Amino acid sequence: MLTCKQFLQELNDFLDPNTDPDLKRRLQSHVTECPNCFVIVDTTQKTLQVYKGVEPQTIPEDVKSRLWKALERKIAAKKQTQA
Amino acid sequence: MSLTPAPSVSATFDESDLVARAKSGDAQAFTELVNHYQRKIYRLAKHITQNDEDAEDVLQETFLKAYEHLDNFQGNSKFYTWIVRIGVNESLMKLRKRKGDRTVPLDEPVDTGEEMVSREIAVWEDNPEQRYSHEEMQQILDEAVQTLKPDFRTVFILRDIEELSTEETAETLGISIPAVKSRLLRARLALREKLTRQFKRKGEDVFAYL
Repeated sequence: MLTCKQFLQELNDFLDPNTDPDLKRRLQSHVTECPNCFVIVDTTQKTLQVYKGVEPQTIPEDVKSRLWKALERKIAAKKQTQA
Repeated sequence: MSLTPAPSVSATFDESDLVARAKSGDAQAFTELVNHYQRKIYRLAKHITQNDEDAEDVLQETFLKAYEHLDNFQGNSKFYTWIVRIGVNESLMKLRKRKGDRTVPLDEPVDTGEEMVSREIAVWEDNPEQRYSHEEMQQILDEAVQTLKPDFRTVFILRDIEELSTEETAETLGISIPAVKSRLLRARLALREKLTRQFKRKGEDVFAYL
């Protein structure tokens, strides 16, 4: 039986769908018997879900406008050097 | 000439076609790539630099450099991974330049996880994302990320937000794969702990220590 510390060191592997099935089974058996690690796994998964679920913020219009102006200048300069 | 920001083309977005056209001199194709990825690069820059002005500089520099060096892009990796790498490098340069910033060098030794102790172990309330507005949720998540040290924060952003692979993250940051894994674990556990303080079911105190 793994200790909680050993389990936590393997937590990323436990959350990774591509982890070797044998290792996953060993880790799963710890989670089944340890309520603390069960909660840690559950709340870590939820942490990742909330981060993945938030769309990137909109870029402020003035920032976007300055980006396009800078790109315009860059593209024009490149065309001039090629002409 | 005047560039037109391309309309949203996510349904028909074909990265390799746009890159090929941009490389052959089609500026409009490049603007479609910019349009498609600008929000992600801006988010990445804001997360790493934690500063609006720096994020704007990084946003511009990333796409200007990408345009300038487009011929060097070989297509061995995805265009997105390539510009993320440029964006990360620009962001890290900003961090290093900032006065008083106590940035830990990215090549610091891999930690052994000795201090990896969880103190906050509690069940979350159901669907916390439905209890907060989009803006409130964004603020909670941003504040939690800001508390991470830059080297942990950067690995978390690349792996769990930008969804780069472990190998791509290691290559982008110039660190080893074990270092990526170790830092990702520390970052995930630290964020889990901070969000648990925010989202734990009311009336349910910490019920155990490890």
